[in-house]
Amino acid sequence: MWNYTEAVHDHFLHPHNAGPIPDANAIGEVGSLACGDALKLYLKISDAGVIENAGFETFGCASAIASSSVLTDMIKGMTVDEALKLTNKDIANALGGLPKQKMHCSVMGQEALEAAIRQWKGEPAVPHAHEEGRLVCKCFGVTDAQIIRAIRENNLKTVEEVTAYTKAGGACGECQDEIAEILATELKQKPLQELKPRPRLTNVQRMQQVLKVIDEEIRPQLAADGGDIELVDVDGKRVVVALHGRCSQCRSSNVTIGNLVERLLREHVEPDIVVEEA
Amino acid sequence: MNTVYLDNNATTAVAPEVLDAMLPYFGELYGNPSSMHTFGGQVAEALETARERLAALLGADPDEVLFTSCGSESDNAAIWSALQSQPERRHIITTRVEHPAVLSVCRYWERQGYRVTMLGVDARGRLDLEEYAAALGDDTAIVSVMFANNEVGNIYPIQRMAEMAKERGILFHTDAVQAVGKVPIDLHHLPVDMLSLSGHKLHAPKGIGALYIRKGVRFRPLLRGGHQERGRRAGTENVPYIVGLGMAAQLCADFMQKERVDVALLRDRMEAGLLERIPDSRVNGDTQNRLPNTSNISFKNVEGEAILLMLDRLGIAASSGSACTSGSLEPSHVLRAMGVPFNYAHGSIRLSLSRYTTGEEVDYVLANFPGVIETLRAISPFKG
Repeated sequence: MWNYTEAVHDHFLHPHNAGPIPDANAIGEVGSLACGDALKLYLKISDAGVIENAGFETFGCASAIASSSVLTDMIKGMTVDEALKLTNKDIANALGGLPKQKMHCSVMGQEALEAAIRQWKGEPAVPHAHEEGRLVCKCFGVTDAQIIRAIRENNLKTVEEVTAYTKAGGACGECQDEIAEILATELKQKPLQELKPRPRLTNVQRMQQVLKVIDEEIRPQLAADGGDIELVDVDGKRVVVALHGRCSQCRSSNVTIGNLVERLLREHVEPDIVVEEA
Repeated sequence: MNTVYLDNNATTAVAPEVLDAMLPYFGELYGNPSSMHTFGGQVAEALETARERLAALLGADPDEVLFTSCGSESDNAAIWSALQSQPERRHIITTRVEHPAVLSVCRYWERQGYRVTMLGVDARGRLDLEEYAAALGDDTAIVSVMFANNEVGNIYPIQRMAEMAKERGILFHTDAVQAVGKVPIDLHHLPVDMLSLSGHKLHAPKGIGALYIRKGVRFRPLLRGGHQERGRRAGTENVPYIVGLGMAAQLCADFMQKERVDVALLRDRMEAGLLERIPDSRVNGDTQNRLPNTSNISFKNVEGEAILLMLDRLGIAASSGSACTSGSLEPSHVLRAMGVPFNYAHGSIRLSLSRYTTGEEVDYVLANFPGVIETLRAISPFKG
């Protein structure tokens, strides 16, 4: 059973502003029967751009109905510019939060609002995101632009989260690799967390860490190729190793030393370690 | 407010007689049935009585009954054994409408290099026996087909399918978790090699199941260790629960004929009443051939989770094949395999009755359920 907040229960059982409004001059529709949820949002917007009245019709689960209900409460009295600043998070927060798997319900509310306002402005009814986007999830009709927006506004980190917020990848799963690529690109663009300065290592600490990295990271990789490695000496930042097994006869052993051993030790222990072969 | 419990395919109430039978084995009768002393020996006797009672319900020999922890364990063990005992055979046949306890296991073996045939169903959830016949091959290690479907209640032609497998010398397993205790099963005449059942679907508690293994069928245990269950499942027997399952089996055997009729009458009255009172509703499954207690109805243009939550407010416990209830985004794999249209699939509700369901409860459902659909349809953007 879903752990819905009291607010979700209240809005679901006693929805506010349910039903079409007769003098609506802006209507936004998102979702479909096939998707399992759909929202038709009705707005009455004054000439000055103030949302005077709002109503909705929703097909979907309790959280979809509750998201629609609370959205109509929130936007009444707002100017369209204010309303356009609402994010799906604002809708979820107004309900005291939604289960993660239900966040797409709040996204649906935000998209319907945007679609309605675009219609009122005389812009194409298709939301901005669809217009520019490339279709990623064919099952639920989700574009890369929608995915990127959900990632940015909600600080998403995994494919699973993207599915929970946008539904993309939730049916046949074929687009999950593509979602992972979009995520990777997005996450890289974010400023890297400030690197903490590494503490200076004593000789003993350095030796222990070098041993650990060799045991846990390097040896398993060499073992996969039938090779092995032995730590001969650690002299300051100079690390001496010997390669055994198939690695010892390998003509590219110096490549192994540089690319694998030195790279990993620099990454995990200290950035200025030098590795030599005994 | 009393709960009107209509989710008996999910789990059932423990029968009072079952609980009474179990209690002494939590108290003074705590011996280990494997012990040499009389104190343990009397517990071993209770274990064998339970085995006999369950065997009697199934038309089996007590030696053919292996107690497990649940239906899922029985399913896992059956498929494991078939594959381990015939390593040269690399093909599995099952259906697209199985319970995950079989479906996920088959997908696991598929990833391990086995070939898996998943038989499709028609719009009413029926299998095509010609497709099945064509799938049977010299390489087939096991056929696993459910006796009855948990979501729509369809009963599958296990007699014929098991005969066809037998003619080809292929092992046949049936997941009968939903069928045992609800419909007669006589393994003297039904040529299946293995059959899974679960206690908590037939008024025994959760945490106990059984696997029937026909005499002469080679078996490779899933759990190794002790000699219990004649070396077929290690682990000290769960005595109180086994005693409970034995008692539950006896109650089913004693009252099955009467219950089948009574429960089916209530189910039919409820189903017909809902269809009559609620326009644009339809029954899913094979109404000519299904469990006596199960009704799966779809309501056009409304969503199942919303229906369930409103029913919950009315004290009615049911379940749904809707996507939203499970946390997945797609409706039930059973309804999709049947090709139920989207405007109906999302609004499916399963009502499953038991021997404890009363006529008053059915009246209550008929009086209150239609209002829920009306309320939700009033705010749905899809009309007609």
